[in-house]
Amino acid sequence: MKFTSLSKGKGFYFPPCHLLNICGFRVLFDCPLDLSALSIFSPVGIDEGEFRVSSCDDFRDSECSDKKRQKAEKPLDASNLIHAEPYYKTVNDLHLWNASFIDIVVISSYMGMLGLPFLTRKQGFSAKIYATEATARLGKLMMEDLVAMHAEFRQLYGPEESGSTQWMKWEELDMFPSVMKEIVIGKDGTELGSWMPLYSAADVMDCMQKVQALKYAEEACYNGTLLIMAVSSGLELGTCNWTISSPKGTVTYLSSSSFVSSMSTDFDYHALQGSDMIIYSDFTTWKAGNGVDDYIGCSAPSTYELSDFSNSENDWEVRAESLLKLDDGAEEVEKLSFLCSCSIDSIKAGGSVIIPIGRLGIILQLLEQIADSLEATNNKAPIFVISSVADELLAYTNIIPEWLCKQRQDRMYSGHSLFGHVDLLKDKTLQLFPTLHSLELLKSWEEPCIVFCPHWSMRLGPAVHLLRRWCGDPNSLLIIENEEYTDLALLPFKPMTIKALQCSFLSGIKLQKVQPLLNILQPKVLMIPEDSRQFIPTFNTSMSLKYFSGKETLCIPKYKTTSELDIATDLTLQIQWKKLRHKETSIARLKGQLLLEHGKQRLVFHNDQEASMQAKSLLHWGKLDLKSLLVSLQKMGINGFVEQENIDTESETPTLVHISEPRKALIEMKGTDTVISTDDEDLASLICRTICSNLDCI
Amino acid sequence: MAIECLVLGAGQDVGKSCVVVKMNGKKIMFDCGMHMGHHDHQRYPDFSRISSSGDFDSSLTCIIITHFHLDHIGALPYFTEVCGYKGPIYMTYPTKALAPLMLEDYRKVMVDRRGEEEQFTSENIADCLKKVTAVDLKQTVQVDKDLQIRAYYAGHVLGAAMFYAKVGDASIVYTGDYNMTPDRHLGAAQIDRLHLDLLISESTYATTIRDSKYAREREFLHAVHKCVSNGGKVLIPTFALGRAQELCILLDDYWERMSLKVPIYFSAGLTLQANMYYKVLINWTSQKVKDAYTTRNAFEYKHVCSFERSMINAPGPCVLFATPGMITGGFSLEVFKHWAPYEENLITLPGYCVAGTVGHQLMSGKPKKVAVDKDTQVDVRCKINQLSFSPHTDAKGIMDLVKFLSPKHVILMHGEKPKMISLQERIQSELGIPSYCPANNETVSIPSTHYVKADISDTLRRKAKYPNFKFLKTNPEGNSNRDFMAPPTDPLRVFDDRLTDGILCLDNGKKAKAVHQDEFLGMLGAEKHELQFAYCCQVRVGNSGNARNIEISGDTLPIIDKYSRLHLLNGKLALELAEVNIQDCGEHIQVESVSISVCLNDDCPHRVSETSLNNSEAIYFCCTWLAVDEELARNVISALKKLELSTTEV
Repeated sequence: MKFTSLSKGKGFYFPPCHLLNICGFRVLFDCPLDLSALSIFSPVGIDEGEFRVSSCDDFRDSECSDKKRQKAEKPLDASNLIHAEPYYKTVNDLHLWNASFIDIVVISSYMGMLGLPFLTRKQGFSAKIYATEATARLGKLMMEDLVAMHAEFRQLYGPEESGSTQWMKWEELDMFPSVMKEIVIGKDGTELGSWMPLYSAADVMDCMQKVQALKYAEEACYNGTLLIMAVSSGLELGTCNWTISSPKGTVTYLSSSSFVSSMSTDFDYHALQGSDMIIYSDFTTWKAGNGVDDYIGCSAPSTYELSDFSNSENDWEVRAESLLKLDDGAEEVEKLSFLCSCSIDSIKAGGSVIIPIGRLGIILQLLEQIADSLEATNNKAPIFVISSVADELLAYTNIIPEWLCKQRQDRMYSGHSLFGHVDLLKDKTLQLFPTLHSLELLKSWEEPCIVFCPHWSMRLGPAVHLLRRWCGDPNSLLIIENEEYTDLALLPFKPMTIKALQCSFLSGIKLQKVQPLLNILQPKVLMIPEDSRQFIPTFNTSMSLKYFSGKETLCIPKYKTTSELDIATDLTLQIQWKKLRHKETSIARLKGQLLLEHGKQRLVFHNDQEASMQAKSLLHWGKLDLKSLLVSLQKMGINGFVEQENIDTESETPTLVHISEPRKALIEMKGTDTVISTDDEDLASLICRTICSNLDCI
Repeated sequence: MAIECLVLGAGQDVGKSCVVVKMNGKKIMFDCGMHMGHHDHQRYPDFSRISSSGDFDSSLTCIIITHFHLDHIGALPYFTEVCGYKGPIYMTYPTKALAPLMLEDYRKVMVDRRGEEEQFTSENIADCLKKVTAVDLKQTVQVDKDLQIRAYYAGHVLGAAMFYAKVGDASIVYTGDYNMTPDRHLGAAQIDRLHLDLLISESTYATTIRDSKYAREREFLHAVHKCVSNGGKVLIPTFALGRAQELCILLDDYWERMSLKVPIYFSAGLTLQANMYYKVLINWTSQKVKDAYTTRNAFEYKHVCSFERSMINAPGPCVLFATPGMITGGFSLEVFKHWAPYEENLITLPGYCVAGTVGHQLMSGKPKKVAVDKDTQVDVRCKINQLSFSPHTDAKGIMDLVKFLSPKHVILMHGEKPKMISLQERIQSELGIPSYCPANNETVSIPSTHYVKADISDTLRRKAKYPNFKFLKTNPEGNSNRDFMAPPTDPLRVFDDRLTDGILCLDNGKKAKAVHQDEFLGMLGAEKHELQFAYCCQVRVGNSGNARNIEISGDTLPIIDKYSRLHLLNGKLALELAEVNIQDCGEHIQVESVSISVCLNDDCPHRVSETSLNNSEAIYFCCTWLAVDEELARNVISALKKLELSTTEV
């Protein structure tokens, strides 16, 4: 078994990506896109002419390169962003692998799917792709939405510019500010090749046709050898961990998981119990710089901060701080209600709220809660969801009770719809529009309002235009998630007077829960990243730990050299056991046919049984004892004399036994080689039988 | 090991489906239905046969319910709440959602209409359903350490499932009711090819072969259309779930196509509530309905609205779905009384009506008057139309499923005895699968699969991955009387013997282990003992110009060295031994393990027999072989002895 970590990802929106070689099959875990990298591009709708003057073309005119660098190191402004049709950043190390050598792709969440069309459209790609039904459906919608939003760039830059990669030239890259340069080429400067122009809608369609959708806990059998099963991870709709069973044992891939799911099916740890190996791939709560000492501190990653560029209000911070003390479930609930109350405050003050969050679970809950709060506080404001897939997305969420948690299912059993948005849509509190410029939207638009719309990168989709509209309104509110490059993301909208609320939602296993979880799951081998050492100092020693790091293939030693074999009962009846001489062991020839089906090895009755027996030669082992052989020969009425006896077995000269009675024959013995020569068939077989009786054989 | 099936209901009968299967120490109850035809203790399965002490929790591992029809779930609240079973219960999501509607409806009919003592209360129903674990299709559920169950789509009604259960190596499928052809809103049954010891199948239509449904659908639509275009009212008495939705989709679709404006009504809130479930559970319907859901949920009917009691006598045509089916009472009976006396109206009865109901009276002949109760008679002048839609599979479907799954045994349930017996015979004769159709309270015991566990070494496993083809000739006579004109009689058999070097070892009291023979010798610390046979054979060399040479038809070659001699020998042997494959390896000739080479050593120890010729007249060929090829080697040698080689130089 071999394991290669291709990318550790960056939290929820960019899940990790690994490659595992198991039983000779290459399994790729997830195929995400780093959409946060989009922030190096200038968003659509930012007035082009405004920045033309200071775009890179001007730099090139300047003679002095020192001057360029000086300029580059100045504080960033929107003019530094790239004015071109965006490229998309894929997992860099994945490009090092030949796509046709991948046998299986498993997708753990809809975010882990966004890069899949890049892979599936490669020549020679023939892997089987597994994803849960919900993941496949939502992933498809997300990809379609991405393609739809990207079309705006196409319109802006025109077809002739698409595919132009001026910015990718090294001389241009050199002039980028360091933050942008790091995004473009990575920390080690190798990642330029990971940038790709976006796939087309046809690519998405093509990709989806290759995906085999699974239910939770449905066994998918690959090549008879591997049993692949998706198990609920509790994080989001349809997200899952994977167990891969082979005759050699079970491997669990533990992706970002949540033990307190407010909406999706609960984390299923029963199915993960008894795995031989766990690949721990939930890094969402591991943040660089958090040492051993303060890992408890970072375990509550829910830091609310009003960003610097907004008018901070003290009471928010106080409220936010109090949230830290709450435990998981309650904490998440509190977060949402806090967001609600902030939104209501904005509406009260006459401002609008824009929520470009990409997490479906959060959106659905906020929709319900904000509507409830609006009603409770007697405020009236329309709620809009603007996305090319809004309609389908919300319709879909209402027909998937199987993918939801108990509480949601109980809503159905008691005769309600699964989500409150069904009723909101009915009474027109909530309205869905495919695009900002749709006629219906223009007709029913009113402000203040609450808008859910993509995209969280603040480069694509209606969010860009709406933020442009409201960024100068101090009463309005922007709710965004805490991402690595948030500053860069908001750069083109500066100066901003809109309130910006940055929040982070629990998107993985908290550090202090890792140990208890592993105690429950009890794997024999735990694969964990090298840098986990600083986060998780103590580990139960009963399991063997393997540390992996990026850009390195780790060989996992076999934890057993045998595997299970099931022998059919009718076959066992046929087995003729033979006792070994001088030993307590019985042996028998294997018969039948070895089948590998459903991850199990079975020995069953074979129709050609008789035929195969005909051709089977006997295996003899050991050395002949001359004296006992002569005695045995005599018993059979065969007499002869020893011409030369050679006790030294290493010697070249053989021991010869001349047989004179009943006919002439010769037995030639040398170590473990014996040659019988005689003209007479009967005598030959008689001697042969006698020799065999003096040897162990099967 | 054996699988024991105790049939508590639906044995040679339709109603109160219930079978308890015991395998490898686990006891699973499939379905827990009630019988509509009985009103005494016989309506429920005889639970005392499971446990005489009434301790069902320890005697049953779990209960599995296939779908929400009363003959499959009707006794469940009674069993859990009255008899006190507290163990796990499994059913699909739609069944869990829709079962309370069915049970509550039944309870109401039982108590309110018939005035019977109630067997369970509404609270009982609610409490019972709380204990249910809902499962999704194809989801593998680990009931306990050993028992695994999985649901497969059965297509009979929304949420109907076949259940697969596996304990150890024994596995069975219980189909419940299923439909092998898709209908308006449901898909056809779907199952994986599983290795089964037993298939328990329904056999409602054990001997019927049904034609396409489309003709009947068209007939139904035309009848309805004709009626409403003449200003008549159409009454469709139906149960709330299943048929109502199917016909609604059918009509709604037709209305849309024909741009009809006549209203279609649904009576009572029950059906509307059921519709809500159908909308949420649309993933359990047919692919066609599913695919269309974003543009329009098929259960979001455009032309269907709810019906008010006051509208019964409103003028103008309409179509009304009213509960209950079979016109046993309630709203459908009330409407019937009002509409039956008018010629222009139509009453469509979908499906089967139990004897004693108004529906049954209407179906049997063309009654002028129908007795609704003791005192009231209703004139029937309207048209009566009967629909024979059935969500059950027909005989062909059953045979197809049995053939597809190829279980080791089949048990038939849920049907009529004579038809079941004929199907049972068909399965045995056509498919060669032993099958049974036990009566109620009978137990069928069948053997189950069992595998002996062993370990297999990686080396052997790796070797066994690669094919090891062997070719065997099966008719040894091919040699002597070979007729070139006769067609080949398949003399060559090819088989793939991958385990040829495998050895199974059993140390006292330990798990058996399969290893490769090399590994095995290594384990013993022994070396392979090579036992060979050898014989140095003398072959006569003919003189030059000998007439005998003509025999080899002009291709006589000079024997210059030992290679050409071997080559010559090869050619001769090939003529002599037609059926063996002779390989010329330069230094020697190889026939299987028999190796023949020219022997120039005058003291060859293998020249055991007396020599009859002197060296100038003969060449020696030294033959060695392994014990397996003893017979072949002797043939070769006797052929050698007969040969004469020519030394003629041309």
